[in-house]
Amino acid sequence: MLPLMEQELVGTYLSKEDFLDVTAVAQSAPGIMAINVAILTGYRLHKVPGAVFAACGAALPSFVIILLIALFFQKFAENPVVHRVFMGVRPAVVALIMVPVFNLAKSAGVTLKTVWVCVAVAVAVWLFQISPVYVVLIAICCGLLLGRKERAK
Amino acid sequence: MIYLKLFFTFFKIGLFNFGGGYAMISFLQNEVVAKQAWLSTSQFTDIVAVSQVTPGPVGINLATYTGYTAGGTLGALIATVAVCLPSLILLILAGKYLFATREKFPVVWRVLRLVVVGLIAAAALTLCNGENFADYKSVLLCAGAFLAVWKFKRGPVTVLFLSAALGLLLY
Repeated sequence: MLPLMEQELVGTYLSKEDFLDVTAVAQSAPGIMAINVAILTGYRLHKVPGAVFAACGAALPSFVIILLIALFFQKFAENPVVHRVFMGVRPAVVALIMVPVFNLAKSAGVTLKTVWVCVAVAVAVWLFQISPVYVVLIAICCGLLLGRKERAK
Repeated sequence: MIYLKLFFTFFKIGLFNFGGGYAMISFLQNEVVAKQAWLSTSQFTDIVAVSQVTPGPVGINLATYTGYTAGGTLGALIATVAVCLPSLILLILAGKYLFATREKFPVVWRVLRLVVVGLIAAAALTLCNGENFADYKSVLLCAGAFLAVWKFKRGPVTVLFLSAALGLLLY
């Protein structure tokens, strides 16, 4: 969605530098990236009302489309053809989620020395059903402590 | 009170979800499938698939769909608003400060990046169960799809439509 936003926003509402600035801030916040970009752009132009309207605008098309699909799904979930289609699609979805694990590993700084963090997180959430919320909180605390140690050196 | 529950669940997801759409799958799976049981694993996987082939952010799609399943149209609206609300508040009040944390606390961000990889792996592993893998054919389909995307750089939409066609042929 980001390239599309760049195309629409740069030149009309934001300069190229502003857009880069907005995406950098958007990535520093939790939540949905595209929505964050919309919020920040809206806020720059028209303060709080701008942010609210931009966020609504960015979410509305998906909201409507998914609502229509949900209505369709409730009617056709038992349909044998739909059932067969999704028998094929489900394993592929799992594959689609596996790919970014390997693609992100390099840019995330996964090495032989750090890979245990990823493995520990995956096992905690997968096997022990630990909430990712706690994982993120613990990670932030560990990061703060480690950072303090590094600075003390 | 289903609406309040939906609101708090999705507000929490919106507040703690670092790392984009794929990492969010792990947050959603934990809350929506494991804790609240609003969706079964196969229903959840189906909607992830739908989110990949429809335009728009995966997070919005998943919030809307789950909200609808749990609480109808109003539920969908509440879940979608709730998932956006934390970033709206945080970015308006502290956008600049959040960005400054990258310079100020680089170690936190380094750890978070590693965590995100683990969370995405967990999302994939949690979806590997009997509901999604009926037999050896599904395992082959998964391996094929993985190679198509990872090695041969096919887009997710192409791969999902191909796997849909294969589903019709094989089952």
